[in-house]
Amino acid sequence: MGKQDRDFKAVGTRPLRPDGVEKVTGRAKFGADLSAPGMLVGRFLRSPHAHARIRSIDTSKAAALPGVKAVVTGDSFDITKVSSGNHDTLANVMARDKALYEGHAVAAIAAISVSIARKALKLIEVDYEVLPHVTDVDEAMAADAPLLHENMFTANLTPKPTKPSNIANFYEFGHGDIEAGFAKADVIIERSFKTAATHQGYIEPHACLANMTQDGQGELWCCTQGHFMVRNVCADLMGMEISKLRVTASEIGGGFGGKTTVFIDPVALMLSKLAGKPVKIVMSREEVFKASGPTSSTSMRIKIGATNDGRLTACEGEFNYQGGAYADSPVQFGAMSAFACYDLEHVKTVGYDVAANRPKNVAYRAPGAPMAAFAVESVMAEMADRLGLDQLEFRLKNAATEGTRSSYGPTYNSVGLTETIKAAQSHDHYSAPLGANQGRGIASGFWFNFGGQTAVSLNVQEDGTVNVTVGTPDIGGSRASMGLMVAEELGIEYDNIRCIIADTSSLGYNDVTDGSRTTFSSGLALINAAKDAKAKMCARAARIWDIPAEAVEWKDGCVQPAGANAGEFEPMSFAEIAANADNTGGPIAGHHEINASGAGVSFGTHMVDVEVDPDTGYVKILRYTVVQDAGKAVHPAYVEGQYQGGAVQGIGWALNEEYIYGEDGRLQNAGFLDYRMPVASDLPMIDTVIVEVPNPGHPYGVRGVGETSIVPPMAAIANAVSQAAGVRMTELPMSPPRVLKAMDDAKGG
Amino acid sequence: MTQTHVSTTINGDKVEYLCETDETLLDVLRDTLSLTGSKEGCGSGDCGACSVMLDGRLVCACLVLGVEAQDRKIETIEGMASGDELHPLQQKFLEHAALQCGICTPGFLVAAKALLDENPDPTETEVRYWLAGNLCRCTGYDKIIRAVMDAATEMRGQA
Ligand code: FES
Ligand code: FES
Repeated sequence: MGKQDRDFKAVGTRPLRPDGVEKVTGRAKFGADLSAPGMLVGRFLRSPHAHARIRSIDTSKAAALPGVKAVVTGDSFDITKVSSGNHDTLANVMARDKALYEGHAVAAIAAISVSIARKALKLIEVDYEVLPHVTDVDEAMAADAPLLHENMFTANLTPKPTKPSNIANFYEFGHGDIEAGFAKADVIIERSFKTAATHQGYIEPHACLANMTQDGQGELWCCTQGHFMVRNVCADLMGMEISKLRVTASEIGGGFGGKTTVFIDPVALMLSKLAGKPVKIVMSREEVFKASGPTSSTSMRIKIGATNDGRLTACEGEFNYQGGAYADSPVQFGAMSAFACYDLEHVKTVGYDVAANRPKNVAYRAPGAPMAAFAVESVMAEMADRLGLDQLEFRLKNAATEGTRSSYGPTYNSVGLTETIKAAQSHDHYSAPLGANQGRGIASGFWFNFGGQTAVSLNVQEDGTVNVTVGTPDIGGSRASMGLMVAEELGIEYDNIRCIIADTSSLGYNDVTDGSRTTFSSGLALINAAKDAKAKMCARAARIWDIPAEAVEWKDGCVQPAGANAGEFEPMSFAEIAANADNTGGPIAGHHEINASGAGVSFGTHMVDVEVDPDTGYVKILRYTVVQDAGKAVHPAYVEGQYQGGAVQGIGWALNEEYIYGEDGRLQNAGFLDYRMPVASDLPMIDTVIVEVPNPGHPYGVRGVGETSIVPPMAAIANAVSQAAGVRMTELPMSPPRVLKAMDDAKGG
Repeated sequence: MTQTHVSTTINGDKVEYLCETDETLLDVLRDTLSLTGSKEGCGSGDCGACSVMLDGRLVCACLVLGVEAQDRKIETIEGMASGDELHPLQQKFLEHAALQCGICTPGFLVAAKALLDENPDPTETEVRYWLAGNLCRCTGYDKIIRAVMDAATEMRGQA
């Protein structure tokens, strides 16, 4: 279903990834896989309370224990030297004054062995004054809720609030006149929804190895989605010059947004500085759940009006997102993206970012959008049923297209929502028969995609092979995509290109791998770097031929005279020019630095069949199809992988995953046994359809593909379950007890 | 803490080490012997990233103590390829793009090999249930299951 005229040679093929063998033989080095001679182990002491004032911390006994080499508390960092934008990060990394959630770090130890570190932690005496806590978003918004921050006044509200609250921010988006829109509606549906907090669930816990030397320089090895971000934040927290800290990104065992901040790294650096030795810290799984980034729990209200013939007249949404201890929820993106799929005259969304005694929120794949889509697409499905319209036809009728003013402001250029809906309509999944207790759900979804700061370099070697250097960690095969785009641009073999991820001292600043930006931005920069190298190679050939540089041109991977006037010369191959580099001016390299824009939004439409067990409420996923616009799929196998992975994370979110808190404000399921992520036996194959509506902002039409795939699943599954169970499900996860109760209530009522 | 002396066999080689009595086999493999191919995703037997073979049985190395390895035979991901040739499972994982981040991959490969040693012709359902102890957060399992099925077909052809 490509719309692009251009013929690609390399892009769109499925070669093996260059880092594959290391990863299937166990040789690839992930965060916890590096050690250093004389290394110490670092361990954290964490708050057992959801909310407590720290009256004092006495570390003297721990420090005196033989084998303990350093102790760190909040006071070890000089907050007066830290930029204000990083104050919350610092307070989260090591609590100051108050512990704001169970698991909040209050002290750390570096010791010569794990057993000594454990013993030392027990010797630290913390005097806590336990405070009332709140973990639920609606309760946290109540006027009499326990306050996390005495100085938190809701921003962007007029009039300015006079009293502090747990609501950090207010957002509002939309256009038109919402009341006038609802007045035109024949049918109006309004519903409230709730979703539980979920964790990104990467299999690799956070890990790092820090090495500060006595001259104030430092090196850090860590698993992160953005080592340049880690460097800048850590340097700020440590009071170091940026150039004195070199950060190397390990292979990364999953991130999904959760590795776009720092937790342990500054503490490892501080311990290393105090001890004068390398320090390694690896989080336990329990620490990952309790003290690294989950996403929001939410409470939402959606109101949609439509005419009898299925045209939306007005859409309204209120989004309350619990953003953890420092109110970092992605509610802004939720409110922006909620109705982004539709062409609307009247639309309004508001969002509240709410603090509660839970871990600091960190981004999770398409941050904020999946919850909003769950609520919106649930009401859309109900509306289609109420109007007696086909689910896909109803969406098609209202779909945003090129020229639509989006619900969050900008006007779309070329977008592929309509194409995904049509592809779903013609898929045999859509017309397959359903059995008893089965239902089929449909939902569409949207994600913005990002560009951002990017720097790359490309070195041509004398044998005609190429080394490519990027600063965006490879989280799921991006080295292969980079190689394909460079092969395409240079007209050389994919196998002759090797891509590495450089450390922070080797390239200019690169933003974190987020917003599905890597293949788009690093790819865009590499294509330009390849063009830069090609221009230089043209000049070299011109020099060999002794003709002006303008008189040569690049064609099919060779340089040739641009026309008959330029002279008679045999085309010179890439390899020949490379081989002559030393006597035509030295090494040949290409560079590009950019703050990329034009990432191109991406839409997807999902279809799912489920069966609900009427006796237990257990939901089985029978069939799943993802249709999504990739712009241009650079390496289709990894694009499919992104579609499948996002869908399955969404399945977990829809059916099982949830942060469960006790009355005491403590997390009750901080492990993979009780925080139940999907396993192979829960699932069918995940069908994929790659739609390609080229992104005008990229030379090959590439759009980000990593995030949109997690946006529709919860809604699609809720729609399927609601059909199968005969009752509208409005709360996630749809775990067996919750589904059973809804069915029982529906029968009883 | 006093350390215990252990003699064992790892990937066919005789190995000796000292370990504390509360250290897991996974700690010993990774930290003492630098065999970091086995990964720790949970330390509680729930993710399978630390899968190894102990006397021919699939186990989670995080649930075995280092001292328990005395006189046993251990096989890890590091012993799966022979010389410069990958095991068919390793090759098929690459061909099917069955890894994204790759942190779960060693565990899946060890577990899948244990399955195919026992059952060379598994159904899709059998593969899914056998691998239900291995978590992958990136792939949605689709390509992993296909890679294992394909490797099984190829290995049956060779036999
Ligand atoms: S680390 Fe052993 S099962 Fe997870
Ligand atoms: S490939 Fe990342 S967890 Fe499986």
